[in-house]
Formats: sequence, structure tokens, C-alpha cells
Amino acid sequence: MSPEIKLEDAFQARIDDEQKIEPKDWMPEKYRKTHIRQISQHAHSEIVGMLPEGNWITRAPSLRRKVGLLAKVQDEAGHGLYLYSAAETLGISRDELFDQLHTGKAKYSSIFNYPTLSWADIGAIGWLVDGAAIINQVMLTRTSYGPYARAMVRICKEESFHQRQGYEIMLTLCQGTPEQKAMAQDALNRFWWPSLMMFGPRDAESPNTEQSVKWKIKRKTNDELRQQFIDITAPQAEYLGITIPDPDLKWNEERGHYDFGEINWDEFWQVVKGNGPCNKERLQARVDAWENGAWVREAAVAYGNKKEKESIKVKTA
Amino acid sequence: MSESKNETSTQENSQWPLYEVFIRSKNGLEHRHVGSLHASDAEMALENARDVYTRRQEGVSIWVVESKNITASNPENSGELFEPAKDKIYRHPTFYELPIELKHI
Amino acid sequence: MSNQKLYQYLLLLGDNSLILGHRLSELCGHGPSLETDIALTNMSLDLYGQVRSYFQYAAKIKGDNSTEDSVAFLRTEREYHNSILVEQENKDFAHVIVRQFFFDVYHNLLLDKLKSSKDEIIAAIAHKSIKESDYHLRFSSQWVRRLGGGTVISHEKTQAAVTHLYPFIHELVSPIPIEKEMQELGIGINPDDLRDEYFNQVQEVLNEVNLEYAELKERFARGKTGIHTEQLGYILGELQYMQRAYPNMQW
Repeated sequence: MSPEIKLEDAFQARIDDEQKIEPKDWMPEKYRKTHIRQISQHAHSEIVGMLPEGNWITRAPSLRRKVGLLAKVQDEAGHGLYLYSAAETLGISRDELFDQLHTGKAKYSSIFNYPTLSWADIGAIGWLVDGAAIINQVMLTRTSYGPYARAMVRICKEESFHQRQGYEIMLTLCQGTPEQKAMAQDALNRFWWPSLMMFGPRDAESPNTEQSVKWKIKRKTNDELRQQFIDITAPQAEYLGITIPDPDLKWNEERGHYDFGEINWDEFWQVVKGNGPCNKERLQARVDAWENGAWVREAAVAYGNKKEKESIKVKTA
Repeated sequence: MSESKNETSTQENSQWPLYEVFIRSKNGLEHRHVGSLHASDAEMALENARDVYTRRQEGVSIWVVESKNITASNPENSGELFEPAKDKIYRHPTFYELPIELKHI
Repeated sequence: MSNQKLYQYLLLLGDNSLILGHRLSELCGHGPSLETDIALTNMSLDLYGQVRSYFQYAAKIKGDNSTEDSVAFLRTEREYHNSILVEQENKDFAHVIVRQFFFDVYHNLLLDKLKSSKDEIIAAIAHKSIKESDYHLRFSSQWVRRLGGGTVISHEKTQAAVTHLYPFIHELVSPIPIEKEMQELGIGINPDDLRDEYFNQVQEVLNEVNLEYAELKERFARGKTGIHTEQLGYILGELQYMQRAYPNMQW
């Protein structure tokens, strides 16, 4: 047996034993690369995810809603930051990760390529998109890579208010005027299917799943997580008194789960490939923020260097 | 905000170094590592740490240290570093047998 | 003193925070770094917190089923009393920082005095807000130094922001009648009393990093009396959109 294979076996044994892997531990190159890809994709999703919701901060209908939304979008910046930091422990810089995002090399969650067209969309995103994200993230708090798992613990703790905020917005609309309820229904109609797509392709078409499960990056498959989400969410929609736009959705006593209709995978792949309603705008907004900030970041570095030199001069004088 | 990117801008002179952040959640407890962030200097790192890591009253005191200044032990040496302590059970109070009727010791 | 006067004064105090909070909130997701983005949003949230305290009090005084939201969202443009400075657009990060710094120096001095207001609620709001404003001032003054003393380009951009915004700061410390009346009652502050200290503090930081202001004259600015620049109309267009398009609903 080559020493490399021996190391890999020992590594897998540690994972099987539920031990965490820490940054300086030996790890297979593929484990490192997979993590850089997944953690940064997750981080990019947080950062791009700020844009559709940020879109409504200045138009939020009350001061209470405004501060709630602003704090939520700010949390997403924080979560992106925690995740970029976790990725950086694997030997890649944040600037490199941004570069991958800005050049289209890295992906982010496709859900954020859909537009937010009404205030109810902010409710629907909190309820459905954060709801779907939480299912994934709770699983990830037990992932094998230590820094990723710790970031997820922190994120889950902070995110618990996001979904409640979204559902409260929906509930208020559904208990309001017919016009408001229609607004809520319209948002559900547009965000339901894209939310289901957030869990990724079906297991049969998901090439990375097996390896991810083996390394305990994932502990459940895409289809299992999607089913879990639907089972949780369907009764919540019923409580709101609005209808999930899927005629095939019904409780299956035998399975103990909801059955549901076919997802439009064509649309899914179209959006992934960059042809969604807002792909270009979202990416452009990130690129603009980064490029317009370049002189600011440079100025701060230059000023810091000057100060450091001055303090050295003072010390040696 | 629309500005043209200036020609001299390169990643090297605009990249903020990485800092590690340690927070004391309340007096009486030790500072604990909570994560990291980027800042152009130590003062900014402190401010950023306050804004990023204490949004929910998580702390009463913050330490920041530039990540490159941390010297870490190597996990490959963990055998020689940490295992010799394993059999030094005489460092633990339960090693010493005393009659159970004895109190306050 | 009539309640109407106190109401007016609360608007004067709250509107600066409302409009500056709005401007900062526009930046959420577009900052030059994640850390800075989060910091600017924190300031915006602090300002909205102050707005809510002022406007809940104002709504109580006004009566007629007024709420913090009716006060914040349902006035006409002429009824907003923020100073011109805070409604100026986020032209670039230098404008954001310089605008913030000019306001923070004023705000900090004002809150320090308002802590001894005879109106207990105003005094309590000032006590709470000054801790926030201390931090804002620390943040913005430090950034003025970084940008002013950073690179040639950042110095140029910051100078452009100072040149644009400095003429508006006279308005902050030029009293309008309600401020004088409120001072006489021991409730408010005549900002003329802050003038010397204000310019000292502002100029000290600008001097440190060689930002010029000497020739910058006062500009016509009557925001406090309700005469705004064209910018405010657009802000209100967004701020009031939901309340105007869907009146009398709960959100």
C-alpha cells in the first residue's frame, strides 16, 4: 500500500469515528477542493442573497419591518464573512474567492436569480428560502470539517429569527385585506418551485452526493432534504390559508410524506447556466461593489502602512 | 456609485490582512476564539470585530491579532506533544486515595 | 408651551436620523468590503432606533391615532425637517464618509447637551443615543483620516466630497425659531451654541489629512424649515411607496 492510500484510510477512519478535521490536519486534496468549492459557494449565496432582499429595505412598509429586514440582510453579510473565513483556513484568500464569483467560475444558489417584485416576496423568501436553507444548514452543523461546522453553528443560531420574520410577514398579509392576501399568494406562486430547486438535482443526477455523504459533508441526500422541507412547509401554507401551486401535492398516508409534482428541471438548469431572470444583474451588482471599493481598500492599506512607519519612527527616535 | 477602476489598482495593495478575533463574553470568563475577519490595521480590526462579532451583545472585551503572528503546533507532532501527558495520571486529584469520611479536601 | 411645538421639535430631531438612516440603508449589500458593509448597516440601524424613539413620542403627543409609522411615512415633503446635508446622495464612499463625519460631530455635540433636557423622554433618548453616536464619530472620523491620508486618488475623492458637502454644514448650526424657543424652555438646544466647537472638531480632522475647506462658503440650505433639495422627493418616493400605494393597512 502506498503511504498516500494509508493516509486516506486513516483519514476516512477518523471521519467514520465522527472526529472533526481541522485546518492543519492532513486531508486528501479532493476533500480540500470540495470544501473550498462548497463553502465558498455557500458564502457567495449569502452575499448575493443580500441583493434581492436589500432591494426592499428602502421601501419597507413600516419602521418595524424596515429594521427587521435591515438586520436580516446584515446578518447575511456576517454569514458570508464567517463562511469566507472558514474557506480561507483551507489556503485560499477571500480575494481569490471573490474573483471566482466575479468571473462566473463559482456558483451561488440560483434562487437569488429570481426578482423580488412585491413586499410579500420578502415574506416568502424568509419563510421558504430561509426555511429551505435552515434544513440544509442544521445538517451542516455536524459536517466533518471543523471550521465549516463551527461557522454553521453560529449561523444557525443567528438565523433562527429570519424564518420567523418571513412567516410573520406572510401571516400579517394573509390576515389583512384581500389585496394583501393576493400579494402573499402571488409571492408563494413565484417562489414555491424555485425553493424546491434549492436542494439541487435529484439524487440520481447528483454526482457529488455519494462522496459528500462518505466524508460526512452531507448527511442526507438532496431528495431526502427536499421531502423534509415539503413535509414541514405544506401545513404552514395551509395555516396561512394560501395554496401551494402544485395540483399533485397531497398527503400520502402510506409513505408518511407529502407526494408532490414534477419539478421543471429545464428551468433549473437554465437558471444555473446563467439564463435566469436576474443572473446578470446580481453578478454585476457584486462586481460593481467590489470594483468601486478598490480605491477605498487601497487607501486603508496605504494609511495603515504610513501609521505603522510613523510609530516605528517614534519608537526608534 | 459609478467610478472607473484606476489602473494602478492591484490585489496586493488593496488586500486587507486576516485577523483572528477573541471575545470575552462576560467578565470572569476567558477570551475565546470566535472567528476571523479582514482589516487594514489593528484599530480597524477591533472596530470590525465589534460590528461583526458582537451584534447580539456577545462580548464585553475584544482581542484581535493578525493571523500571521500566530505560531501553531503541527498536528503531525501531536503524538510527541500531547500523548506524553496521557499517562501522568498523578496530575489529577483522583490519583490520590483518601478516606471518604474526610471533608473539604 | 404647546404640544404642537414639541411635536415640531421632535420631527426636527428625528428626521435627520430618518433620512441619514435611509441613505445608509441604500448601501447595504454594496459596501467596499463585507466588514465595512456590516459597519454601515449597524449605523443605519442605530439611527432607525433613534427615529422610532422620537416618533413614538411624537405620535403620542400628536394623538388622533398617530403612530410612529404615520409620523415617519405620511407627511408631505415640506413637512420633513432634516437638514440638506443628510439627504445628499451616496455618490461614492468618500461622500458617504464625509457626510457621516459632518453629521456625527454635530449629532454628538447635540446629544451631549440634550442629555440635560428638561423633557425626560428627550433626555433619555439622548442618553441612549450618545453611546451610538460616540461610536459613529469614532468610525467616520477614522475613515476620513484613512481616505484623506491614504492614496493620491483617495485624497482627491475625499477632497471632492468635502468641497461638495462642507457648504451644507452651516445649516446644522444655524438656528431656526423653534430651536431658540425650545432652548428657552430648557427642552432643546440652540445649535448656535455648538458652532465654535463644531467647526473646531471638523477642521481639526480635515487639517490632519490636509483636506481644504477655507474658501467653501455657506450654501443656501433651508432643509430644517422644509425647503429641500430635489433629492428628498426621490427618497420619499421609496420611503412612502407602500404606505401610499396601500393606505390604511397593517404590515
